[in-house]
Amino acid sequence: MSSIWEYANPKKFIATTSRLLPWVTGLAVVLMTVGLVWGFFFTPDDFRQGSTVKIIYIHVPAAMMAINTWAMMLVTSLVWIVRRHHVSALAARAAAPIGAVMTVIALATGAIWGQPMWGTWWEWDPRLTSFLILFLFYLGYIALWSAIEDDDTAADLTSILCLVGSVFAILSRYAVNFWNQGLHQGASVLRAGALVGDTEERVSNVFATPLFISMAGFVMLFIALVFLRTQTEIRARRMRALLARERMQ
Amino acid sequence: MPDLGKYADAVLSSYAVSLGLIVALVVLSILRARKVRSALEEVEARVKKDG
Amino acid sequence: MIALLLRDLRLAIRAGGGFGLGLAFFLIVVVLVPFGVGPNSSLLSKIAPGILWLGALLACLLSLDRIFALDWEDGSLDLLATAPLPLEAIVSVKALAHWLTTGLPLVIAAPVFGVLLNLPAAGYGPLVLSLLIGTPALSVIGTFGAALTVGLKRGGLLLSLLVLPLYVPTLIFGAEMARRSIEGLSAQTSLLMLAGITSAVIALLPFASAAVLRVNLR
Repeated sequence: MSSIWEYANPKKFIATTSRLLPWVTGLAVVLMTVGLVWGFFFTPDDFRQGSTVKIIYIHVPAAMMAINTWAMMLVTSLVWIVRRHHVSALAARAAAPIGAVMTVIALATGAIWGQPMWGTWWEWDPRLTSFLILFLFYLGYIALWSAIEDDDTAADLTSILCLVGSVFAILSRYAVNFWNQGLHQGASVLRAGALVGDTEERVSNVFATPLFISMAGFVMLFIALVFLRTQTEIRARRMRALLARERMQ
Repeated sequence: MPDLGKYADAVLSSYAVSLGLIVALVVLSILRARKVRSALEEVEARVKKDG
Repeated sequence: MIALLLRDLRLAIRAGGGFGLGLAFFLIVVVLVPFGVGPNSSLLSKIAPGILWLGALLACLLSLDRIFALDWEDGSLDLLATAPLPLEAIVSVKALAHWLTTGLPLVIAAPVFGVLLNLPAAGYGPLVLSLLIGTPALSVIGTFGAALTVGLKRGGLLLSLLVLPLYVPTLIFGAEMARRSIEGLSAQTSLLMLAGITSAVIALLPFASAAVLRVNLR
């Protein structure tokens, strides 16, 4: 019987992802190139924001991946706690640095965008602040992984941290919202897709198509990187196990 | 090259920073993947020979 | 349970247990702030609630690694884990002992230090109340962080990195409550949220801490 849990076998995971990796990578390169080139060269300027609107093709996908990576880590942590598949825990470990980089990209492009638009690099706006907090969570998570030597202990502790951290991250989001209403516009991308919402805030279709292509490209990039990095973590773990056995003899 | 107007610096620098970070992440991932893969092969070969 | 609590309290109060250290640290933070921002008393009274909250938070953080460290080193933590008492209860008692030796003195000292920072008269009640409600959450969350890092040689820095982001909601609602009361705004929402966080954390987090401790004792 075939089920998704077969891929929890490390050998099977490596075999399957190695077959898929070139395709996912290719797709990531094509989609990101098309999305970013289209966005950068072939979209008009926004009548209020000028050419800075072009930053959206990086800023929004990166912000989306920053959150989705944490969600993916939460799911794989749960799988590890419930079913104890090593691949799952290692995938969470492999994903964390990607999420951290995406958070930095979202923050950096946001700051560069905010400078001409809001006249300030940094504003203690709820969205910016919660991303900064999210970044701290990523740092703590990565630091805990690298501080513990035993693989299973590290996997257990980090997955519990991920669960607790998720609750606190959501709580912080609400706390920060309460603390300061901000400059950042609401999430307009989904409304653009559904073609509802007021026309003023909506991202219009001229910008939406390359944006969606770019978002798909970022997702593919994420998948490709997770495949590659999880393979690396599986091999590193196997190597540590072999070396430990060697020392025992 | 499209005319970026007075915001050229902002747009170009955000593309540069982001692409730079992404490329760095990809390169680091690939380098570590290679290193770990070859190290594992070495250890596996040694273990097979001894055992 | 009570025996364990008394033992922990005795250990903390004995020399080298760190009792009073947090309080001294709190005092130093409060003394240093005017040096940093200047002696302008209207500015000081404006930022006083925030400084007092931050000082309390940092003082709390300072003593976290002691919660389990001593018991870990001499092996009594293993004994406690095999005791008939569930580990969740032990963790809660440890958090309570930490709060009694660190949080409560800070709450009592806060009004005195408020004078130093020119805290407006309307702020004393809300500030003490917010600290009284908020600091238990700090102790419980801190116990979770201490349980995570208990086996590590140099866990102190990692502990702060792990615990401080978790303190964000408590800090926001606590400081916000004091600030709003001073400005004459309604502080009810912050009060309710703060109380909600504290009770939820006390009810749920000991399970996570105990789970983490079990992993570390394996």
